[in-house]
Amino acid sequence: MRRMIKRRYFLIFVLPTLAAFAIGFIYPFFQGIYLSFCDFVITSNAEFVGLDNYVTALQDPSFLNAFWFTIMFVVVSVILINVLAFAIAYVLTLGIRGSNIFRTVFFMPNLIGGIVLGYIWQLIFDGILKNYGTSIVLNETFGFWGLVILMCWQQAGYMMIIYIAGFQAIPGDLYEAARIDGATKPQILTKITIPMMAPSITICTFLTLTNSFKLFDQNLALTGGQPIEVIGGQMVYKTQMLALNIYQTFYQNNNFRGVGQAKAVIFFVVVAVIALAQLYFTRKREVQQ
Amino acid sequence: MRRLSRILAFGMAACMTATAFVGCNGDTGSSETSSGGSGSGETGKVYYLNFKPEQDKQWQDLAKKYTEETGVQVKVLTAAEGTYEQTLTSEMDKSEAPTLFQVNGPVGYNNWKDFCYDLADSEIYSHLTSDEFALKDGEAVPGIAYVLETYGIIYNKTLLNKYFEADYSTIKSIDDLNNFDALKTVAEEIQANKDDLGVEGAFTSAGMDSSSDWRFKTHLANMPIYYEYKDRNITSTDAIEGTYLDNYKAIWDLYINNATCDKTELASKTGTDADTEFKTGQAVFYQNGTWAYDSVKNDGTEGLNDDEFGMLPIYIGVDGEENQGLCTGSENYWCVNKNASEADIQATLDFMNWCVTSDTGTTALAEDMGFVIPFEDAKDSTNPLIAIADQYVADGKTPVSWNFSTIPSEEWKNGVGSALTQYAAGTAEWDAVVSAFVDGWATQYAAANG
Repeated sequence: MRRMIKRRYFLIFVLPTLAAFAIGFIYPFFQGIYLSFCDFVITSNAEFVGLDNYVTALQDPSFLNAFWFTIMFVVVSVILINVLAFAIAYVLTLGIRGSNIFRTVFFMPNLIGGIVLGYIWQLIFDGILKNYGTSIVLNETFGFWGLVILMCWQQAGYMMIIYIAGFQAIPGDLYEAARIDGATKPQILTKITIPMMAPSITICTFLTLTNSFKLFDQNLALTGGQPIEVIGGQMVYKTQMLALNIYQTFYQNNNFRGVGQAKAVIFFVVVAVIALAQLYFTRKREVQQ
Repeated sequence: MRRLSRILAFGMAACMTATAFVGCNGDTGSSETSSGGSGSGETGKVYYLNFKPEQDKQWQDLAKKYTEETGVQVKVLTAAEGTYEQTLTSEMDKSEAPTLFQVNGPVGYNNWKDFCYDLADSEIYSHLTSDEFALKDGEAVPGIAYVLETYGIIYNKTLLNKYFEADYSTIKSIDDLNNFDALKTVAEEIQANKDDLGVEGAFTSAGMDSSSDWRFKTHLANMPIYYEYKDRNITSTDAIEGTYLDNYKAIWDLYINNATCDKTELASKTGTDADTEFKTGQAVFYQNGTWAYDSVKNDGTEGLNDDEFGMLPIYIGVDGEENQGLCTGSENYWCVNKNASEADIQATLDFMNWCVTSDTGTTALAEDMGFVIPFEDAKDSTNPLIAIADQYVADGKTPVSWNFSTIPSEEWKNGVGSALTQYAAGTAEWDAVVSAFVDGWATQYAAANG
């Protein structure tokens, strides 16, 4: 009897967090999924309509455009950010003078909010593009690369910190043994450093992947989705990513709240599947010391 | 001992849970302005969700005065710029929903019609100076405009007179500047002789940044919509034909080719840029409205004196436009939440009526907020642009109504705005504007009403 009671103690201690988790996450999550099948203006007067919202969402050209734009952006930015961060971390662990200052400098962009960054970079890009009689909101290619540059600048520093920690965790005797065995520098990099860094690579790709997928503030502030092309009367925002597209759909007019919700559910499923798959594949490559 | 610790553990867990919940509740009271309690449960409360951030303080003050006078609690919450729809959506979901909110016209009403109380029998409706300022749905009156605004092409009298007196000017008097051709002549001659006049351009930059683009994608777009509605004798449509889009192009060309900056730079020009250019005398014309007075008036160091302000109708080259007046209307309609309790609805109706009939209320609206209100007891505003607008009406010019409130969605405006920007920068043809205007209208209307 006493044992039983003792074992249930954890319930009491977990209660506050569990309550907060239920109120703040579980309930909204399921409510959100339910609402994606409803027609509603405010959440308390929702009316069930079945799969209509999903049909409308998938037929929306702006959603498909945002989807492919996001995929492109994710592929390019995940590669660039990680290569860049890895390279910086590598250089800064070589023991060059002032590397602590450099680390701080590279990390700093992370401390600035996305909206502010977006507007600042918009000014920078427009300041340059003005000389060529154009602007970042006029051309989707500029918009795309502008966003990539912005995100590299912001995220590379954070990933660099993780990579530096990874570098420092590699035991020196491995290198020593390799050198005694006559390994070349490229061999050391590919046979020792990169395999030993696999856990850091896993976490960094995971972070950049999900961050890039869910990007909202920077997208809103930098181009706001502009330029817009009118395809068959539908407004297609050429540089809009999924999160911004969902937001815009939701507040477009009151018939589209449910459609925005449906898009959000689709978005969630896609992000979850890709992130889990990525975790699974990179985990497989990790080695144990 | 063991029992004691068990009780203690329970107690602490309960405390922690309780604090977590208190944290959630704490924020509801934070934005309330008045503490004046309503003693009994009978008296209703007013909760006003204000649309105009620039008048937030004045509304808070007025609410406080009302509470002091009557003891009725008035809470005013102001949505941040550009987020009214979002704020309204979430506030309406709460148990203490706004009792007084606003819609921007027929399209906004369409979104919130299930929440609008019929004001047909209310006292405030009987004080309205014209039925034109009521939002109607059949016999019902779901919304009442509480502020009228006017826009046109504001000009700097000193600079324009300097042009009239110059020997290169074709037009010699403001009386002859009463149609599009004359406006075009004047603008082009000013542009050609800008160094002589000491200006940078005829018009301020037609900035297409989001702080300024509404002047063109919404206010200027009203002109072709207005004339088309007039021809077809309608007040709204599911499909615009775009019969006056050539005129829209003509005025847009005039703005972008005779401005303070090159037309390729417009994409990033802001509303503040245009304000500054007009304020410092770099441009003669500025398309904007009565609300712009505060940002361009003489502030002691620079700006225009009250007698230097003039305002022209926006001429786009339509036959008979010599008699066209300024664009006057409202996109601010008060609506009362019909889902509120009866006592709250009554309290809200009383508050609205007090605002537009009592001396305190009308003075605050006219002087502190600078509003022209369409009610019998309205006080005169000190804004010279409003006096100019009144003069046009007195001269028998036909005011242009605000038909942009029938634009099917914000998306439509964004589409037209983006096309105008690209046309100005030379990255798209005018056809893109036509397509956004005509095709965009039909699809957006169907989406909003489907």
